[in-house]
Order: sequence, then C-alpha cells, then structure tokens
Amino acid sequence: MAKVKGDIIIDIEKCKGCELCAAACPQHSLELSRKLNSKGYHYIVKIEDNCTGCTNCALVCPDSVIRVFRKTEKKKEQVATITNVTGDITVKVKS
Amino acid sequence: MNERRMLDDSHYENLIEEESVCINENLVYDKPETLTKTPMHYCPGCGHGVAHRLIAEVIDELGIQEKTIGVAPVGCAVFAYNYFNVDMSEAAHGRASAVATGIKRVLPDRYVFSYQGDGDLAAIGTGETIHTCNRGENILIIFINNGIYGMTGGQMAPTTLEGMKTTTTPFGRDVQAMGYPLKITELIAQLPGVYYCSRVAVNTPVHVRKAKKAIYNGFKFQELNKGVSFVEIVTNCPSNWKMTPVESNKWLEEHMLPFYPLGDLKLPGKEN
Repeated sequence: MAKVKGDIIIDIEKCKGCELCAAACPQHSLELSRKLNSKGYHYIVKIEDNCTGCTNCALVCPDSVIRVFRKTEKKKEQVATITNVTGDITVKVKS
Repeated sequence: MNERRMLDDSHYENLIEEESVCINENLVYDKPETLTKTPMHYCPGCGHGVAHRLIAEVIDELGIQEKTIGVAPVGCAVFAYNYFNVDMSEAAHGRASAVATGIKRVLPDRYVFSYQGDGDLAAIGTGETIHTCNRGENILIIFINNGIYGMTGGQMAPTTLEGMKTTTTPFGRDVQAMGYPLKITELIAQLPGVYYCSRVAVNTPVHVRKAKKAIYNGFKFQELNKGVSFVEIVTNCPSNWKMTPVESNKWLEEHMLPFYPLGDLKLPGKEN
C-alpha cells in the first residue's frame, strides 16, 4: 500500500482556539497550546506526527487558518525474484 | 568556537535528512483567493466563517470572481463585504433579496447572491423573501439559520426551537405565547418560482462537503434562468447558546437537525 504522509501549517495569529479542528481530526493530533497569540487566544498546535492530510481540520475551520499538504509515497515494485543462481547473471531494473 | 562547530557538523551528518512535506506541489487545501486576508470578526467557532469560505471556494472553482455580486445583510454577517473579494452591496435589514433583485434585473449576466441570517430573512424580511421567491428572480439566497438573534445579544428569533432558552425567553420558548418555530425553507419550497431549495449544515466535515455541493448548484443554476436557488445552512451560535464551539455543534446535531432535517427539498428534474 502506498504510504501517505501529510502535514499542516497553522496561521497561529488568526487562530481563535475554537478546537473544532481538534474535534474533527481522526488522528487526534491537534491540541490547544498553552501560549497565547497577540489577540489573547490559545492557538491550536499539532502535537503528533501522524497526519494523513485528510483535510478534515481545514474543512471545519471557521477562520481558514489551516493549509494542508499531502504526499503519497509509492512503494518500490519488486521486479523479479532469482533463486538457485550458479553463474553470473545481469538483471536490468526499471528506474 | 571552532571545535564546537566541527562537533556540530559531524553530529548533523549522522542524522537522516527528511524532506519536508510542506512544499507547494503537495498542497491539497488552502484558503480560497476570493476570501480576503482580513481576520473575521466572528466569535470563535462560528459557522459563518465556514459558510463564507465555501462561497469563496465555489466562486474560485467556477472562475466567476469578476462576474459575482453579493448582498450583505444586517446581522452578524454585516461586514461580509470585508471578507469577499467580489463586488458587494449592503442592504437594509431584511431587504437583501429585494436589493439582489434590483442588481440582477439591471445586470442579468452577473451572478448575484444574497447572504442573510434568520432574523434578517425569516423575521423582518419575510415579505421580501417570499415575494422574491414567488416572482422567481434568478438569484441565489443563502440563509444562515442558527435559531437566535446573534448580533443583538441572543434574543428569540422566529426559528428558535420550542423550549430553547434565549435572553427574551429565559424559561424556554413557550409555543402558546410565542408561536411555533418557522420552517421558512419548507414554506418557500412550495412556491413555483423556486427552482432549487436545499438545507445543509456545516458542523462536521461530511456536512461541509455537502454544503459546498449545494452552494455550487445554487451558483450553477443561475445560468439556466429558471428561478430562485435557496440554500439554508444550519449553523451554531456558541456565544449566545452559552456553550463551547464543540458542545454547540453537538447540540446542533441533537436538537436542531431533527427539527430542521437536512437534504434537498426541491431538486430540478426530481418530483418531490
């Protein structure tokens, strides 16, 4: 299976700390920070590195502070299996 | 100093370099361009922000930013013209659909939408709304229903649920004295001038995706010149419901949605 890795960038100055994204996150990787932003709100931070880039947090965010990135890494395909080799053999592998 | 630097370099050589995911080609979700960078004045967790973003996303997707005219209401969304990067007009209380009618009749090739709350559309502007829909004006009306007068401090609105506590009904809405909650979307769905009528919510990611589809349809059906498209968005009001945003979305799911069921009330090409 292809491995999916996601990440988010949060605009902490515009975040109002409503925690709707934390409630919507299926991986439970968002939490309120202890620090305050310049408006006096506790902002949201990512605490776990298990984001899949599902965009749920960005969809429910009322202030559009979340940008979502997603990268799908495809597993390298196995070309051939060679057993019982006695002599030298050359195998060309697709790049 | 030099020794220390050398130590640092060798230390970093042993680390496995990992490529950051946050590069532009991996971007899957960003703020739409039609939404300006102005921070919104809405309370934390308010559904207005999501509704604004969905409208802006649809305008971006259709590529109609230069041909769209919006009408802002009186209510919490009174500053909507600060947040949309399209031509906007401000209407008197309840008269947004009448102003939108005028704009659409003068400029019939533009996409016109009005954005109204429940105190605006269902209380003071009931006459304008019903007659706009009955005339079959070719506009999109977006109706934000949170069951309360948000801007003025949480008074009872026509859409307030039975038994719901507000500042003017501290013991809950009594239907004997104050009447029943008004289902204006069902009311206007009966009118022949209405081409598309739908009720959506923005409390969960699934509902947000469906809401975007409904707003997309509303803009798309304006090209057909068939009549009013009406989209009701059921939202929360955490400040005046006296709840946290997460609790208010849960309350919405448990109390508002059974009374205001989601779905298409009138869909073209489908008998209801």
